[in-house]
Amino acid sequence: MSRLDQLFEATRAEGRAALVGYLPAGFPTVEGSRRVLSAMLDAGCDLVEVGVPYSDPVMDGPTIQAAAEGALRNGFRLRDLFSVVETVASAGGHAVVMTYWNPVFRYGVDAFARDLASAGGLGLITPDLIPDEAEDWLAASTEHGLDRIFLVAPSSTEERIAMTAAASSGFLYAASTMGVTGARDAVSNAAPELVARVRAHTDLPVGVGLGVRSGAQAAEVAGFADAVIVGSAFVSQVARDPGDGGEAAVRALAAELAEGVRRRVAATG
Amino acid sequence: MSSALRPTPHDPDERGHWGPWGGRFMPEALIAALDELAAEYDKARLDPEFVGEFQRLLRDYAGRPSLLTEAPRFAEHAGGARVLLKREDLNHTGSHKINNVLGQALLTKRMGKKRVIAETGAGQHGVATATACALMGLECVVYMGEVDTRRQALNVARMRLLGAEVIPVSTGSRTLKDAINEALRDWVTNVDTTHYLLGTAAGAHPFPLIVRDFHRVIGVEARAQVLERVGRLPDAVVACVGGGSNAIGIFHGFLDDPSVRLVGCEPGGEGVGSGRHGATLTAGTPGVLHGARSYLLQDEDGQTTEAHSISAGLDYPGVGPEHSWLKDQGRAEYRPVTDAEAMAAFRLLSRTEGIIPAIESSHALAGALELGRELGEGAVVLVNLSGRGDKDVDTAAAWFGLSENNTDNTDNADDAGASAAGRGSNERGEA
Repeated sequence: MSRLDQLFEATRAEGRAALVGYLPAGFPTVEGSRRVLSAMLDAGCDLVEVGVPYSDPVMDGPTIQAAAEGALRNGFRLRDLFSVVETVASAGGHAVVMTYWNPVFRYGVDAFARDLASAGGLGLITPDLIPDEAEDWLAASTEHGLDRIFLVAPSSTEERIAMTAAASSGFLYAASTMGVTGARDAVSNAAPELVARVRAHTDLPVGVGLGVRSGAQAAEVAGFADAVIVGSAFVSQVARDPGDGGEAAVRALAAELAEGVRRRVAATG
Repeated sequence: MSSALRPTPHDPDERGHWGPWGGRFMPEALIAALDELAAEYDKARLDPEFVGEFQRLLRDYAGRPSLLTEAPRFAEHAGGARVLLKREDLNHTGSHKINNVLGQALLTKRMGKKRVIAETGAGQHGVATATACALMGLECVVYMGEVDTRRQALNVARMRLLGAEVIPVSTGSRTLKDAINEALRDWVTNVDTTHYLLGTAAGAHPFPLIVRDFHRVIGVEARAQVLERVGRLPDAVVACVGGGSNAIGIFHGFLDDPSVRLVGCEPGGEGVGSGRHGATLTAGTPGVLHGARSYLLQDEDGQTTEAHSISAGLDYPGVGPEHSWLKDQGRAEYRPVTDAEAMAAFRLLSRTEGIIPAIESSHALAGALELGRELGEGAVVLVNLSGRGDKDVDTAAAWFGLSENNTDNTDNADDAGASAAGRGSNERGEA
């Protein structure tokens, strides 16, 4: 049983959803991202997704694009990713990495998996890698004991959901709206429907991302998903207050969301 | 003629791979749309009605077949070789791009979609897309890097006159690569109603296949025209390569003729050694960008590095996957042509033949001069003249110092020929 399996077993036993927070490594700086990720975990995130800043983030909206650009301008290097993950993991935090595929491909898929595992990372979320193209990652993740979190979308067919679930471990990432990342006022109706479709094919925990920014929305998503994934809202807090790295605001948001995932609301979709 | 889009022995596998290249490195959210497009194309390419309509439009709207023009005065600078120009510049909208947009616009209608998005670099693909959308009553949105909207202002105006919305992109390097990123973001958000009319033979499967097939007509026509004119096959076929659509279109006519050398000319910018270039196949490494595995300009962390070229249409750090395959197979060869070499060829063709070429196509012309000298007396070199240079007049005037405040000191064609031979780099006139 992987450590992600254990994590979800624990949150299910508590009758609640897990809270997952995203921040790009190197944003606002490498040191800043260590502090902010630690604050997120400290204030209530069960798991952090450490993002890899990438030059061509086609799935991201303006908030995360700007953060990635900022991190790269500040000189972020891939080796910083492993050191940030190590900081989080050595303090007992759970971390997975979310990355576009090219940095992994260029680094060498097996080498990336080896270095991520030795830094204490638990797995990889791959927004532009589908299982159809993932032969070397399936092998490397097995070899190095990492979970592989693929995405499903409202446009996925039943066959693709089944195939993607079969290739995944740890949890499955349901992109709840068709679109790029970014906080939205309302959680899409498509989300509960997609999660229900996924559950027909797998017992894997299902995380829902894209759009959540408040405790109320977190509670709503927690009503039908196993994990509530929050990205742009955290990044915005840091961007708004680069003075103290946004730590205070990040803590406040994490606390609000953590309260939300413990207060499930019946799904309205 | 209804065989125009028929499957070839050079098609990729079912999932879009040519050996290790190509494929689909895309968000799951777009896979259904790519599957739909691939399935629709598989049916359409064998449907005589679809193929017939495509060919009717090529003939009655785009003006095909395009001419084959011999360029004897230009060829005087090419070591005694004969130079033949495939005149894609004479197509409606002024470049080869019209072939692909007519085909994809027909596919869009066949899929029942009403909205089209596109990226553009030099504006040629954007103009062609806006044109096809006007013709077929489709809503059209074109993403264009902010840098390119400035250097290709005329094409921005043309697209708007044709009823398209042009959205300047101010992220990243603000050129073609970033326009594609923004178009992909639009597509993932609006995929139910929208077709992404990609303009080059790159991207996720099935785009490299579809775009290539709609441009195969270039090579099919050119091969027959050269045989008729010269009585034999050419020794070499030369085309410029940014993403690689015009090159793959003309190369395909000759893939099964092993005696014909296929030569792609990449944007060498200020020289490959300077680091400021877009010569992906010459200097790139394997990577993944915009949905396909191919050669790529990137740093050791896999971050895409900026391409540099005087030509907005070649200013792209990636390249179509089939070109990576042809390079690895040794079937095609790729060489860089610098800004200065391309501009010298631009001027030489203008002054010797009365044809102002696109700066993109001028890279192929420079390559032809070089190849002609390598191949020697009597060789036959076919050049894909992929576009006309009207859009580049401002850039060229600045390069040659032809604005009111400057005096042109290179009045005769022989000077121009000499600079085409490689001494053009000191002739840059900054405006």
